[in-house]
Amino acid sequence: MKAAGFRFLRARCVAEALALKAEHGEDARFIAGGQSLVPALNLRLLEPRALIDIAGLPELTGIRVERGRLVIGALTRHAALTGDPLVAAHAPLLLEALPYVAHAAIRNRGTFGGSIALADPAAEWPACCLALDATMVLTGPHAEGERRVPATEFFRGLYATALGPDDLLLRVEIPCQPAGTRNAALELARRHGDFAIVGVAATASDRELKDARIAFFGVADRPMRFAEVERALAVEGVSAAAEALARQVDPPADLYHSAATKRHLAGVLLRRAVDRLRGAA
Amino acid sequence: MNRILREAADTPAIGAAVPRPNGRRLLEGRGRYVDDIALPRMAHVAFLRSPHAHARILAIRAETARGMPGVLDVVTGQDLAETVQPFAGLLVHFKGMKSAQQRCIAVDRAAWQGEPVAAVVAETRRQAEDAAARIEVEYEPLPAVGSLAAAAEPGGMIAQPELGDNVCFTREVEGGDWDRAMAQADLVVERSFRFPRHTGVCPEGRSVIGDWNPADRRLTVHISHQAPHMIQDCYARLLGLSESDVRVVCPDVGGSYGIKTHVYGDELATCALSMRIGRPVKFVADRLESFLSDIHNRDHAVTAKLAVKRDGTILALGYEGTQAIGPYSVYPRTSVVEGNQIANICGQWYRLQGYRAKVRALFTNLAPYSNYRAVGHPVAVGVTEGLVDAAARQIGMDPAEIRRRNLLRDEDFPLQTPSGMKFEGMSHHRCLDTVLRMMDYDSLRADQAEARRRGVYRGIGLASMIEITNPSAMFYGVGGARISAQDGCTVRLEPQGGIMVLHGCGEQGQGTETIFAQVVADAVGVPMGRVRLVTGDTDATPYGGGTWASRGAGVGGEAAWQAGRALRKSILDLAATIHQRDAAQLDIRGGIVVDAATGEQVTDLAEVGRVAYFRPDTLGGVRPELSVTRHYLPTQYAFAFTNGILACHLEVDPDTGFMKLLKFWAVEDCGKVLNPLLVEEQMRGAIVQGIGPTLLEECLYDERGQMLNGSMVDYLVPMAAEMPDMEVAHIETPTRESAIGAKGAGEAGTAGAPAAIMNALNDALSPFGAELTEMPFTPERILRALGKS
Ligand SMILES: Cc1cc2nc3c(=O)[nH]c(=O)nc-3n(C[C@H](O)[C@H](O)[C@H](O)COP(=O)(O)OP(=O)(O)OC[C@H]3O[C@@H](n4cnc5c(N)ncnc54)[C@H](O)[C@@H]3O)c2cc1C
Repeated sequence: MKAAGFRFLRARCVAEALALKAEHGEDARFIAGGQSLVPALNLRLLEPRALIDIAGLPELTGIRVERGRLVIGALTRHAALTGDPLVAAHAPLLLEALPYVAHAAIRNRGTFGGSIALADPAAEWPACCLALDATMVLTGPHAEGERRVPATEFFRGLYATALGPDDLLLRVEIPCQPAGTRNAALELARRHGDFAIVGVAATASDRELKDARIAFFGVADRPMRFAEVERALAVEGVSAAAEALARQVDPPADLYHSAATKRHLAGVLLRRAVDRLRGAA
Repeated sequence: MNRILREAADTPAIGAAVPRPNGRRLLEGRGRYVDDIALPRMAHVAFLRSPHAHARILAIRAETARGMPGVLDVVTGQDLAETVQPFAGLLVHFKGMKSAQQRCIAVDRAAWQGEPVAAVVAETRRQAEDAAARIEVEYEPLPAVGSLAAAAEPGGMIAQPELGDNVCFTREVEGGDWDRAMAQADLVVERSFRFPRHTGVCPEGRSVIGDWNPADRRLTVHISHQAPHMIQDCYARLLGLSESDVRVVCPDVGGSYGIKTHVYGDELATCALSMRIGRPVKFVADRLESFLSDIHNRDHAVTAKLAVKRDGTILALGYEGTQAIGPYSVYPRTSVVEGNQIANICGQWYRLQGYRAKVRALFTNLAPYSNYRAVGHPVAVGVTEGLVDAAARQIGMDPAEIRRRNLLRDEDFPLQTPSGMKFEGMSHHRCLDTVLRMMDYDSLRADQAEARRRGVYRGIGLASMIEITNPSAMFYGVGGARISAQDGCTVRLEPQGGIMVLHGCGEQGQGTETIFAQVVADAVGVPMGRVRLVTGDTDATPYGGGTWASRGAGVGGEAAWQAGRALRKSILDLAATIHQRDAAQLDIRGGIVVDAATGEQVTDLAEVGRVAYFRPDTLGGVRPELSVTRHYLPTQYAFAFTNGILACHLEVDPDTGFMKLLKFWAVEDCGKVLNPLLVEEQMRGAIVQGIGPTLLEECLYDERGQMLNGSMVDYLVPMAAEMPDMEVAHIETPTRESAIGAKGAGEAGTAGAPAAIMNALNDALSPFGAELTEMPFTPERILRALGKS
């Protein structure tokens, strides 16, 4: 199948991107790495009249540390996280999750912000953002300038986020993790590079796991933390946490896995993540 | 296509691990596939396909589409009904089979989701798609047969109401003395097996350009296909042309696996459309339409039993299986070869005293179904080897030992099996011994025991097998199919000493052309680099069957050998005349004519060519014939059966149901190994294609016949990262029917891998008392077997 015809518009700055979006309205889409959008175009699942290329926006690039926060520009390619010293120092959980994100060719073009904006329920970055208490910084056509939305409020449903149709995600801010923080990113996929059947991204300040933040992906319409699971882990231990998870999680079946299988697998990953958090830092 | 074969080793080429000379061209992106061909004034067709598995077509409104930019023609099935004949795969040797007639574009009724209902020809593919989306079709959905179970249900829905029931074909085979064998049995193991419906997923989708030239009233078909002459014959008949009015050209073909041996309605319609508009028309199946319209295969439900004695002696095997085909028997090879083949071969590599098989093919409203790599073998091998291991477990015997006691022995050959197959020669015990040595079976067993103590579950699986190759005319010809079992090769000396080969068998990536170049090089006595090949053009090559059923090397290779030897003789005769020598004392070595005894150079091929073509007047009336054609057809045996054994080592995670393939070993006896590198590549690729439907691949349908996973996102093909190392070794039992002695090697891995994996998995799970016989072995199925989901 061939994509339907469209105009390709290259924006040079955020203001121009927003202006182009305002001009073309519903018929236009932002394109970042194109690794999710282009397949959708080629399947004619989407037939926008115009694509607004945001890949050249200087405001969306770069990884830096500001006021105790690791700031990742929305346009950062997945592959650019590889070996980045700031990420390694301040949010190593991302590097644990990185090998699970797609394949090398897709990591070269797909963007961190694109993944957050798309909010696939089985994607790694949204769950990492949830586990890391990240804040999404957005802007839109309305005059209010930048909006800051915590991860807990950003992901709202299946492919639904706090981004309005004309909004741009500018960057993601992650509180720098203190040295010694423990992390675990694990997932199960039938083939390397596939979206996860079930995955977990977890972090804790020490091996006591009193403050573990455990985000699951692939188990709901969006990444999920379960307060009861984290509480049970802190108070009673992993078996209680697993029982709480079995009660709380209600995963949607997919083509190959029933809800029961996914629930079981989430439990297995929880135990493995906990083992890992408790293991050597 | 013309290909210059360079960078090749000097003689002897046969038996050398020569890399494919055309590999570099393909890897550098210099291949020329159908989609790379752009003809002047070429138009493009897009097909509108039925969204329903079964529906009456009440009305098609195409006025809007007709007026869209770039649109040249819009047709329905009715519009082509006059000019394109209907077709169905019916062969008389499959007694009692039936099928409805298929139209290239559905007329009045669509019988599967994906059947073409209209076509738009436009200046570009996008414009054609834009317009196709604007055609309005009014459907009345009809009850659909959406699964094997639904097809088999007594009094259930009928896929083709005019046929009265869903039965396309049944066959029963009985051999040996069943009752006597059963009476001796200490136990009978019985199992049910399920093999999933899956498809071929060629890297290059089906592609065709129909190029009707109104001036010379001739149709040239550029097509990604395995059997150019078969297409020539079929298209001529179906389009009302004479054979000589149709030229079929197969350029580079990006994988085929049996998917591209059939007549497809959309491809045929593309040619009819070219005839309508008098311009070349291109159709390239995209991935989504490939899943809905390429042939599917397997989809068997089987119950089978094995009777054994407590000492491990295998007595009898009984097989009862049903396969779910599509709504039509696919033209011209039918949809029933798979079941027929299973009945022929299941269990026949053991010393059976009794055999019974009953196979049944049922129509459904799922995608058309026909032959895919290793036709029937994965089922026959899976069932046999699964039962053998189940029996071994039950009597407490090692899987290697039960095979050692029961596999056909070298001294048993030649023989006729209980199913009626004639076997010339095999090497089961040498293969078994070799594989056990390669894998270091005993230490692997020790490792398994040690790992289990650590809670790590590894399994070892063996699968002995046979493969049908080099089919004779008993395969299709006897049934009335105009599919050639013989193949022909022309070899000629060029004036500068090069050797031109024109061959009826083409290449789809398996290295057929390399084999032919090797064979001809040795047959004539020239370095391989001198040999140039033309294949895949019905205007140029001798008539032949093409490349399928592992026949290229064994049948096509022999034709090449015979032609090469004949040319060699012509060259020597001529050299003898020119130099006043006795031809019997001359030889050709490395392209030089030498005195056979002394090695002294007499002349070279360029000199022979010069005289033959430019100064034949000096030959005193001798007329040199330096183009020779030879044809070859196996006649003594209906098939050249190969044999081999596969072994799989894997690890199962009982918490997640995930399985990791650790290693594969294969010992293959394909007769004379013409090129070990190519045989090993075939083996590895075929194993991967066997791994696919065992672990991952399955065409999932809902009960209404809607495919649920028809894209590369949802249909899971094996990927390199998960593939294990594969070690391959060869045993050679050449067929004595041909001079080169080669049997086929294209399908053994696909035939044996599913059984090897199943046996390894069940070996790994044996401490849990869990056993799986329903493929694919998904994590969920493994967890269920373990009681965890
Ligand atoms: C085979 C394959 C496997 C994959 N596997 C994985 C995987 O395992 N895990 C995973 O997480 N992802 C996976 N992906 C998806 C990949 O990571 C995508 O790159 C990512 O989801 C989207 O990023 P992108 O830059 O390509 O976005 P695009 O495709 O360009 O855009 C996606 C959507 O987000 C919007 N968008 C993009 N950037 C912004 C922005 N800054 N502000 C507002 N809206 C924006 C676009 O308008 C569009 O709607 C896979 C993709 C493929 C093709």
